[in-house]
Amino acid sequence: MRRQVTSLVVKRLLIALITLVIVSFAVFFATALLPGDTATILLGQSATPEAVEGLRKAMHLNDPAIIRFLRWMAGLVQGDFGTSYANNVPVANLIRGRFANTMMLAGLTASIAVPLALTLGITAAMWRGTLYDRIVTVATIGIISVPEFMIATLAVLLFAVYLKWLPALSFTNEVKSFYDLMRTYAMPVVTLTFGVSAQMIRMTRAAVVETLNTPYVEMALLKGASRPRLVLRHALPNALGPIVNSVALSLSYLLGGVIIVETIFNYPGIAKLMVDAVSTRDLPLIQTCAMIFCLGYLALITAADIIAVLSNPRLR
Amino acid sequence: MTGNLVEIRNLRVEATTDADRRVEIIKGVSLDIAEGEIVALIGESGSGKTTIAMTLMGYTRQGCAITGGEVHLAGVDMVKLSEAERAGIRGTRVAYVPQSAAAAFNPALTIMDQVIEVARIHKLMSTAEAQAKALSLFKALSLPEPETIGNRYPHQVSGGQLQRLAAAMALIGQPKVVIFDEPTTALDVTTQVEVLRAFKAVTAQHSIAGVYVSHDLAVVAQIADRIVVLKDGTVQETGTTSEILEEARHPYTRELLAAFRPKAQQRGPEHEDATDGHLLQVDNLTVGYGPRRRDGQPLISAVQAVSLKLDRGRNLGIIGESGCGKSTLARAIAGILPAHAGDIIFDGRELGKAGRGRTRNELRKIQIVFQHADTALNPAKSVEDILRRPLTFYHGMKGKARDARVSELLDLVHLPKSVRHRLPRELSGGQKQRVNFARALAAEPTLILCDEITSALDTVVAAAVVELLKELQRELGLSYIFISHDLSVVEAICDEIIVMYRGQKVEEITPNRLAAPQHPYTRLLFSSVPKLDPTWLDNLKQNAEEVRAYCHQ
Repeated sequence: MRRQVTSLVVKRLLIALITLVIVSFAVFFATALLPGDTATILLGQSATPEAVEGLRKAMHLNDPAIIRFLRWMAGLVQGDFGTSYANNVPVANLIRGRFANTMMLAGLTASIAVPLALTLGITAAMWRGTLYDRIVTVATIGIISVPEFMIATLAVLLFAVYLKWLPALSFTNEVKSFYDLMRTYAMPVVTLTFGVSAQMIRMTRAAVVETLNTPYVEMALLKGASRPRLVLRHALPNALGPIVNSVALSLSYLLGGVIIVETIFNYPGIAKLMVDAVSTRDLPLIQTCAMIFCLGYLALITAADIIAVLSNPRLR
Repeated sequence: MTGNLVEIRNLRVEATTDADRRVEIIKGVSLDIAEGEIVALIGESGSGKTTIAMTLMGYTRQGCAITGGEVHLAGVDMVKLSEAERAGIRGTRVAYVPQSAAAAFNPALTIMDQVIEVARIHKLMSTAEAQAKALSLFKALSLPEPETIGNRYPHQVSGGQLQRLAAAMALIGQPKVVIFDEPTTALDVTTQVEVLRAFKAVTAQHSIAGVYVSHDLAVVAQIADRIVVLKDGTVQETGTTSEILEEARHPYTRELLAAFRPKAQQRGPEHEDATDGHLLQVDNLTVGYGPRRRDGQPLISAVQAVSLKLDRGRNLGIIGESGCGKSTLARAIAGILPAHAGDIIFDGRELGKAGRGRTRNELRKIQIVFQHADTALNPAKSVEDILRRPLTFYHGMKGKARDARVSELLDLVHLPKSVRHRLPRELSGGQKQRVNFARALAAEPTLILCDEITSALDTVVAAAVVELLKELQRELGLSYIFISHDLSVVEAICDEIIVMYRGQKVEEITPNRLAAPQHPYTRLLFSSVPKLDPTWLDNLKQNAEEVRAYCHQ
């Protein structure tokens, strides 16, 4: 039994690794397909052909694509993400601060959204068909239907412009106290929580309701179990797989998909860095950002799958 | 209040249909159960026997509601209680043993956790005490490895063991009444004997009253003190077990009993001289699933080198427990699942292993009828469409001729012409199985493979279907291969019987020699079939070694 689960987990990790290699391949060649010659862009329109040729040689741009890919991969493995074309700074330095900011925003949002969503989803399933359940369902559908920029803009309009309670922009370097932290992060975190919770609530409710209809839950009811016991002890462990998966999907969105929120609140996160990099054709920076997003996504999904395997005694 | 433990008075239950219509499914039922008495509720599916039993717990399934009457349990009316008060009684005063323990155990929790949960919910005793009590129950129910079986998960024990564990789960709270909801229906007969014995011993030992829901009179005869016969939500007849078995008054009860009495088949003389060869000859057929291994054998083999012969106009029965490969064998003969090795010779010609390697005429001559008519009939097609298709496919029939033939077919299987335009879900179980059979007949086959076609039917309906098969055989000169785990059905119709065990043919017998089977598994299987005699289980002596060898313990 033990060996079986180890082999399942190892297999899953191996698949993740292979996926990562394929993804890096795709990222590298997709960016390589971007129009325009890097050397020309860096030196400007007026550069002499000799200068461009010299730079191309210095940057190894004349090598075959596969060699450049392998060199880039080797660098990645050693922690060398290359040098930014735009300002000649190591990519690692550019990303470090931004990455911390993104993780901070994602972490804060997750610590609020995940418990909130699970509680609402599970309780809605527990009291299925009641007024409470209907309110939760209608509210989540309402929130899913409203685009994120709408919520963000309305929040700015209300709290920053009319009420003047909160700053419209989030300058993270001004955070000195917990109060500052609250003020700075309140609006982005609330906006993101709205966006990611709705999906988790719906998935959690659906997964729990489905297991509530099984004969073993009826059996527990006939043993005299209370409703919370039915849900928490009998339904929830069997619904864990789909729930963890929906949580992982929602969290991966926090890592890479928050560009709208970062832009509206002018939050210095990694998504915004990537968009800026695209406009300056800073290939190493784009590639590194893309790799970080993919890695985060893969790590979350793999973790969710492994948790699902471990929570199932038939596989364990 | 009189002294009876359970008094149900004028109980009415309504169900809401999909179309939001309200239908009364229990129409004023009254019954009593004394302390320590086991009362069987017997009737066909849809007679409301499970619904009545569940009202003892104040419970109705989704869409149903108790609309009238009283259900007194030890002086308390379960109908009038609040949900919280009912929860307090469930598990402690009345407990439930489900039909399928495999589905009723939570796959994510250990068995011990679930068995002692009642004690935990109602705070009856400490965990250690509960575990000690569970252990003694495991022993009383003769479960193997009682000390450690509780640490396992439900998927790690067999169906028969789970069914006994479900009984332990019901008994831990020392209930006064236990509801047994068809607890052995899903088990093989050999396992059923063990489980019935365990139930009987435990209920007698703790003088527990029981409601035993079943459609199997022979099983009920072994365990019940009194029998209540139900039909369409009303009580037809009530009496002690011997009264019902010996002097049933109500016609429905008599019909039920008649369906159980073994019918001596009037067989023609055994003509050993097969003049025109065998209709079907199967030589060393090996069938399996999964990719082939290097030696050409399938990864998981379901049927191993089975040979059989069938003469024209005669019937062959294949019996064995679930998973013994009997259905796989039929599928291989029909060409649905290509065999890996061996030969199928039909009507003197060797058939291709896969269906696509056979001519349309070869396909036409062998038809298969599946167990579940519900899933075998397309729910979106009317009966007429279902029967028209093989007529067009095999015979190229069209228009009026085809419609006339559809009417003939319905006539053959004794269905009124009015069902032509109905959808399968608008038919009863027996009617659906008749349509299923008519579809096979439409091809005008010479051999029909019947795969457990009566297993999903009630006794009375199943007996009628078997009668129909015999009649059609006389009229059309068909041959059947009849697959079943139910010996009595096979006995009633077959000239020869093959017994299968774990993919192999262990014995080949003729019904005349049924009394003296040679192989130990066959002996065990035959002796395990319940008889209507109420003393059968108590007098049953089986070789303990054989039981151990052939029951999955």
